[in-house]
Amino acid sequence: MVFKTGSWNRFVDVRDFIVRNYTPYDGDENFLASPTQRTLQLWDKVKVLLGEERARGGVYDIDEHTISTITSHAPGYIDRNLESIVGLQTDAPLKRAIMPFGGIRMVRTSLKAYGREMDPAVERVFSYRKTHNDGVFDVYTEEMRRARHSGIITGLPDAYGRGRIIGDYRRVPLYGVDFLMNAKKQALSDLTFESMDEDCIRQREELSEQLRALQDLKAMAASYGFDISLPAADTKEAIQWLYFGYLAAVKEQNGAAMSLGRVSTFLDIYSERDLREGRYTEEQIQEFVDHFVMKLRLVRFLRTPAYDELFSGDPTWVTESIGGMGTDGRHMVTKMSYRFLHTLTNLGPAPEPNLTVLWSSRLPSPFKRYCAKISIETSSIQYESDSLMRKKFGDDYGIACCVSAMRIGKQMQFFGARANLAKALLYAINGGRDEISGEQVGPELLAVRGSRLEYDDVMKKFHYVCDWLAKLYINTLNCIHYMHDKYCYEKIQMALHDEDILRTEATGIAGLSVVADSLSAIKYAKVTPVRDDRNIIVDFKIEGDYPQFGNNDHRVDDIAVDVVKMFMQKIAKQKTYRGAKPTMSILTITSNVTYGKKTGSTPDGRKHGEPFAPGANPMHGRDHNGCVASMMSVARLPYDYSEDGISYTFSIVPGALGGSSEDRKDNLVQLLEGYMHEGGHHINVNVLDREVLLDAMDHPEKYPQLTIRVSGYAVNFIKLTREQQLDVISRTFHTKM
Amino acid sequence: MEGYIHSLESFGAADGPGVRFVVFFQGCPLRCLYCHNPDAWNREEGKVWTTEALMTEILKYRSFIGSGGVTFSGGEPLAQPEFLSSLLSACRKQGLHTAVDTSGGVPLSRCREPVEAADLLLLDIKAFSPELCKRLTGRDGEPAWEILRLREELQKPVWIRHVLVPGLTLDDGELEGLAVALKDFSCVQRVELLPFHKLGEYKWKTLGRAYELYDTPAPSSEEVESARRIFMRRGLSCPERG
Repeated sequence: MVFKTGSWNRFVDVRDFIVRNYTPYDGDENFLASPTQRTLQLWDKVKVLLGEERARGGVYDIDEHTISTITSHAPGYIDRNLESIVGLQTDAPLKRAIMPFGGIRMVRTSLKAYGREMDPAVERVFSYRKTHNDGVFDVYTEEMRRARHSGIITGLPDAYGRGRIIGDYRRVPLYGVDFLMNAKKQALSDLTFESMDEDCIRQREELSEQLRALQDLKAMAASYGFDISLPAADTKEAIQWLYFGYLAAVKEQNGAAMSLGRVSTFLDIYSERDLREGRYTEEQIQEFVDHFVMKLRLVRFLRTPAYDELFSGDPTWVTESIGGMGTDGRHMVTKMSYRFLHTLTNLGPAPEPNLTVLWSSRLPSPFKRYCAKISIETSSIQYESDSLMRKKFGDDYGIACCVSAMRIGKQMQFFGARANLAKALLYAINGGRDEISGEQVGPELLAVRGSRLEYDDVMKKFHYVCDWLAKLYINTLNCIHYMHDKYCYEKIQMALHDEDILRTEATGIAGLSVVADSLSAIKYAKVTPVRDDRNIIVDFKIEGDYPQFGNNDHRVDDIAVDVVKMFMQKIAKQKTYRGAKPTMSILTITSNVTYGKKTGSTPDGRKHGEPFAPGANPMHGRDHNGCVASMMSVARLPYDYSEDGISYTFSIVPGALGGSSEDRKDNLVQLLEGYMHEGGHHINVNVLDREVLLDAMDHPEKYPQLTIRVSGYAVNFIKLTREQQLDVISRTFHTKM
Repeated sequence: MEGYIHSLESFGAADGPGVRFVVFFQGCPLRCLYCHNPDAWNREEGKVWTTEALMTEILKYRSFIGSGGVTFSGGEPLAQPEFLSSLLSACRKQGLHTAVDTSGGVPLSRCREPVEAADLLLLDIKAFSPELCKRLTGRDGEPAWEILRLREELQKPVWIRHVLVPGLTLDDGELEGLAVALKDFSCVQRVELLPFHKLGEYKWKTLGRAYELYDTPAPSSEEVESARRIFMRRGLSCPERG
């Protein structure tokens, strides 16, 4: 049987292929197959390797001699006789490569941290060759350096790969590399203008880079014995071709997030045909998926301890988006959606790939219940509102990293980490001086005087500081992305994009609930500043109660809404590199702990050093009306002003979710329905007993696969630092029984 | 109407079917030895709410409780019968399912109207024998049976709840007696056995009240299982709580 034809046969148009050919699946999970013997044997070998990696302090091995490129390493295998999908980043599993184009400094620091030496040959290359990191620091202003140092802007991708770009890896199996190269060649020859200005020159250079990358992709696949110049012929080939596309990307870039896109429903078209034609059985197809997912679980990057502190647990954000609705009204759940989630049962829970369900109330009910079941069993799924995102991004978008939606192959983002708004509020109160160092980092303005904080006065000053911050922040990002394009261009990922794409400049904010509660305290209670001998306000006395974010109390929830709108409006005014569209997220990953460390006491009663709440969460222990009230507060935050995502992490003990396992599934589905109906964008679901986490802190060896979701991604709990483990445990667990 | 409220909980999954908004009333006529909300005993310590204000609050959560409903718990909701009735009828007008979680400590003559109106009654039978009931709660427990008989007459559903306290109610004779007494009530849809727990113990300390059950252990899962079997043998539905 041949696929239904359409415009996809003439142009690169994966969506057209999917919409014409996919088969929505309304049934339940009973068709799913258990792991094959080969899968179990292979996974056992991987588990041994993972155990050894832990035993060696988190890094199994490093190849410090070879600069990683698409073709730099000889083929690697776990066990060639058992693997049905092949390909590793280096010549051996878990051996990390060096990727110095983002920054040679980061490679040096990482090697040192793990007791390795820089290879003089590599060092010599980079005495001639500049990196992204060098470029950025050539142009940073003094002000940018100060802001970065004080931590009012943190996590900037100025020393490593920026990531958050999703190549349309589906193009490799659907078209084969030759077709894609011809399309790029055509684009290059079409791209001539009257005057060769900077934009045109850059784009021509980029296209040439992309063509070379596609050539390398073919060569890399050939080294594993595959010719991928033509389209894939069946399910196994489709998965293998697609994985080669992805593998090329993670050989070339150690981006902060290297997401996979939205591949499952695409792949289902192949497997439906193979099942119908008797080419493969359900067991075989599940084996291909299991082996593919195993590979995704083995993606590794060499990173520094400082990086781990911000983004803990060795994350790679191999995010795969599952489900959602088509714009034609059909849901996009297929058997392959189930098979991907089923890997959490066949191989056990794991943080990667970052499985993300695009939720709509119109998804088939058996699928919703199945998701709830897997969430309850593994705490490994995140949910995002397809209804919100489809309106903006159509029906072929995927999630990069945690919450950033983008049209696949048609859109990319300039990742911008986040600004610390809690610190900005303290700058407003302290006349632009840093509350810890005492230095003048922000703009000079009149510090708060008198013995009581006045709401209108503080707000006026806060606006002023945010004007300064928004401008500085975007200017800093402009420097970073200019240099990243120049010295560390993502050639294979961009080769799997259209030529004309939408770029966003994705800012972020941290400390939203701290700011909302602080402003609420100033407005509704009496807040008295405490000054030290430098005349800096370092603490606050609070008299009286005030409404706190997370209780569905509009008095404070509206303050949070206003802060989000205010900062986004200021960001939107700025001029961006390459005409990118400014956006914003409310997401912290695990950096809420680091931000807290670097921020003095705040007017909400939070003390110097105490962690912020993650993402858009209410502060720990301040939501008193139960989890639904907390969800309502978060759902009120406007997605239109935070289009890069709003992250909320929800943890509940199993007993609080209902008496029987059937009740728990129904109730979790109902919670998700309610949250999304109220306008919630993203939710991590953890169903765990607090005692399990406490025990895992003391006996990590008993919980090698214990996975929990934190702000936008999942991590192996035992890989978190002790500090972060304590933070997770102290966070509100909904326990009412 | 106005009434005394202890607190509101926006998410309840253990007090009736589905996701429920739970309203805890303030004030209770009983003084159960194992009470885990002793802070809800005295009505005067509650917060005054009007029916209208409370309904406004409840309706904010409509997206979540559409297929679940609202549970009125406490304290003792039947101890404020007029207020409770006004809430039940307001919920009915909004198409919300209602459950009343009661310890049956109020004479039927005072609370007939809400007992008739609730869609579901979660009725806590404290102990089967009046003597034990008196020891446990300070009252003989007869009003609970009156309430049950009325629901039977009306053929409106009841879930019986019964706390298993080692050394007190966790006794084969007591449990057999209760199972036999319940088996002929066709309005009883299920019996929920709640293992005694000490999560509320700290509240007794905070309130400076003498707590008699410091040394009482929680029942083992085997004991709970064998208690369940007593009810199931009499044809009563007694779901396992995982």
